[in-house]
Amino acid sequence: MTKKKMNSNSILLMLTIGLFVVMYASGCIAYADKGFTKLQVFLDILKNNAGLICVVCGMTAVMITGGIDISVGALIAMECMFMAVGVEKWGLPALVLLPLMLLIGLVFGMVQGYFIGYLEIQPFIVTMAGMFFARGMTAVISTQQVSVTKSALMTKLSTMKFNMPFQIGAYLNKKGKLMVPNVSIYVIIAIVVLIATFLILRYTRFRRSLYAVGGNQQSAALMGLDVKKTRFKAHVMCSLLTSIGAICYVLNTMCGTTRQALGLEMDAISSAVIGGTLLTGGVGNVIGSFFGVLINGTISSLVKTNGKLSSAWPNVVTAILLCFFIVLQAIFARFRKKD
Amino acid sequence: MTKLKKLTQKQLFLPLFSMVLVMLINIVYDVAHGNPFYNFFTVSINSQGILYGRLIDILNRGSEAAILAIGMTLVVSASAGTDISVGSVMSLAGGVCCVLLAGFGNVNVNSYAVPLWVGVLAGILVAGLCGAFNGMLVAFLKIQPMVATLILFSAGRAIGLLLCNSAIVYVNVESFKMFGGYTWIFPTPMLITACCVLVTALVLKYTAMGTYVQAVGINKDAARISGYKSAAIIFLCYVVCGLFAGIAGIVATSRIYSADTNNIGLNLEMDAILAVALGGNSLGGGKFRLSGSIIGAYTIQAITTTLYALGVSSAQAPVFKAIIVIAIVTIQSPVVKAYMKKRGAAKQLESGKEVHAS
Repeated sequence: MTKKKMNSNSILLMLTIGLFVVMYASGCIAYADKGFTKLQVFLDILKNNAGLICVVCGMTAVMITGGIDISVGALIAMECMFMAVGVEKWGLPALVLLPLMLLIGLVFGMVQGYFIGYLEIQPFIVTMAGMFFARGMTAVISTQQVSVTKSALMTKLSTMKFNMPFQIGAYLNKKGKLMVPNVSIYVIIAIVVLIATFLILRYTRFRRSLYAVGGNQQSAALMGLDVKKTRFKAHVMCSLLTSIGAICYVLNTMCGTTRQALGLEMDAISSAVIGGTLLTGGVGNVIGSFFGVLINGTISSLVKTNGKLSSAWPNVVTAILLCFFIVLQAIFARFRKKD
Repeated sequence: MTKLKKLTQKQLFLPLFSMVLVMLINIVYDVAHGNPFYNFFTVSINSQGILYGRLIDILNRGSEAAILAIGMTLVVSASAGTDISVGSVMSLAGGVCCVLLAGFGNVNVNSYAVPLWVGVLAGILVAGLCGAFNGMLVAFLKIQPMVATLILFSAGRAIGLLLCNSAIVYVNVESFKMFGGYTWIFPTPMLITACCVLVTALVLKYTAMGTYVQAVGINKDAARISGYKSAAIIFLCYVVCGLFAGIAGIVATSRIYSADTNNIGLNLEMDAILAVALGGNSLGGGKFRLSGSIIGAYTIQAITTTLYALGVSSAQAPVFKAIIVIAIVTIQSPVVKAYMKKRGAAKQLESGKEVHAS
């Protein structure tokens, strides 16, 4: 029985990875003349989605417990605005503000986690309130678009580039100059977060209670696991990782606006679902979610490379993929029940 | 004490209480500004021959949320989940309607390409189809409502945008402006909402539909074993929710006589869900009260209007909304309820002891 369950989940994961490979390969063939085959294009997908990768790690952890967090996009907007206004108007150093951003995320997560874990209120409602609060607070801090210009440290971090080792994927441009593909520091942050979350969700005791609570709360409680604490911890983890995502975000955009990261929560949820995480809880892993983000990123990158398609197409394609994966999951679930 | 307790345990207590609270704040605000205390309630007929006043404004502006709240109440009750696609579907319905009326590819027209009723009906039908799609996923494939409706949440608005070629389609015809304008002295959205509420209330009262929905919501499997077609009832609820989203979409589109696909119904699904919760309905499904949701929807609008009157900007208003949501759900939380009950029981025990002692 358990072997069967493992199988259908790994089939879904394989399918996600396969879909990404097919999609990327077809992009390479179709847009080879526009430079889609270059390694830099792939690295740019990572760069544009660095914040989302951090968020999706936290979201996966929350979704494994059977919860959901729709406050992530608003939290990112609030923290980016806090950072931008802190540097520009209050004149605080970035070294103070960056840990403060993490602290805000920690407190935010603890409040939400308390309401969800200990007061047993539905996660959707609590995080909806969190979303309203964070979006509103963004406007309370400032309603203008504030660019980060005064902090030398931030500018340095934002423009810092790491070239690929051994000149992998390097090519000569038209002027005959050697172009080495590079990544920004926030891509490295995102990858570190991804690996750390993967290890936490694989080898720690926390992982076991996470999956047990998501699988069946009552049996988890009967096994002696602290269900309330686990859900609390999952939400704290999500908000904390979202804060790291916010740092990636602010380094990428270097500004704070009230409309920042609008709808990011739905991107994160759809990435996780495409990656094989079930919203009912108990199933899912970070690698799948990571490939979900990559698929979403590839779709937008393809539409951008084409240049003629409407900006609405990525949403439509994502929705179709989402539909496909959700129906597939439902069919697998039905087969599992029959066994 | 017991009377007060009975009163607070009534389901309609919460929405009515918050409504009264909002009104009180308004009265205090008016008095503080030297206006007569009844300023909030004054309704007069202005020079253009239409009703005018803050109360009318709230009833008018809250129409879309109230219409959505009807469908949302049924969905929440039957499937213990929320339909987050309604805002997006609203936008799609408006887009379909405007594109048909203007003719595909036109951006600004002064006459209809097809009769008005065809456009409106098509918009509502498309919304109904969206509801049917959601319902199929939830009822027959047994997918979690939130996930199932997530598909149309992201696709609905995007399809609307594609239909409109990413432009705002204006339909500059008087008869189209009617749905968002005025009929005789009343704002038309108010009348449309009243019709929707009336029809739903009558259907729920004079057919067994209300009982069916509640029975399915309380225990799906038990309802099925007792002979109800659980899946069909859930499916129907989603279709109805979609149809109402379509009507709300037409109203919202008609208000600005254009299909602004990016902004119509934005975040309105949150308002609708909030209205249901504020109406004292459990988001876990089961028993519901339609009147609670309707009052909830207007309360939210009253709060928004009051905040604007107090000088809070529209971007900052969500902070207060968040505080209200948290206050409501904390009162409804099972843990807090159990704690209050325990305290009440302890108090009763104590008073009982005293009686014995004397």
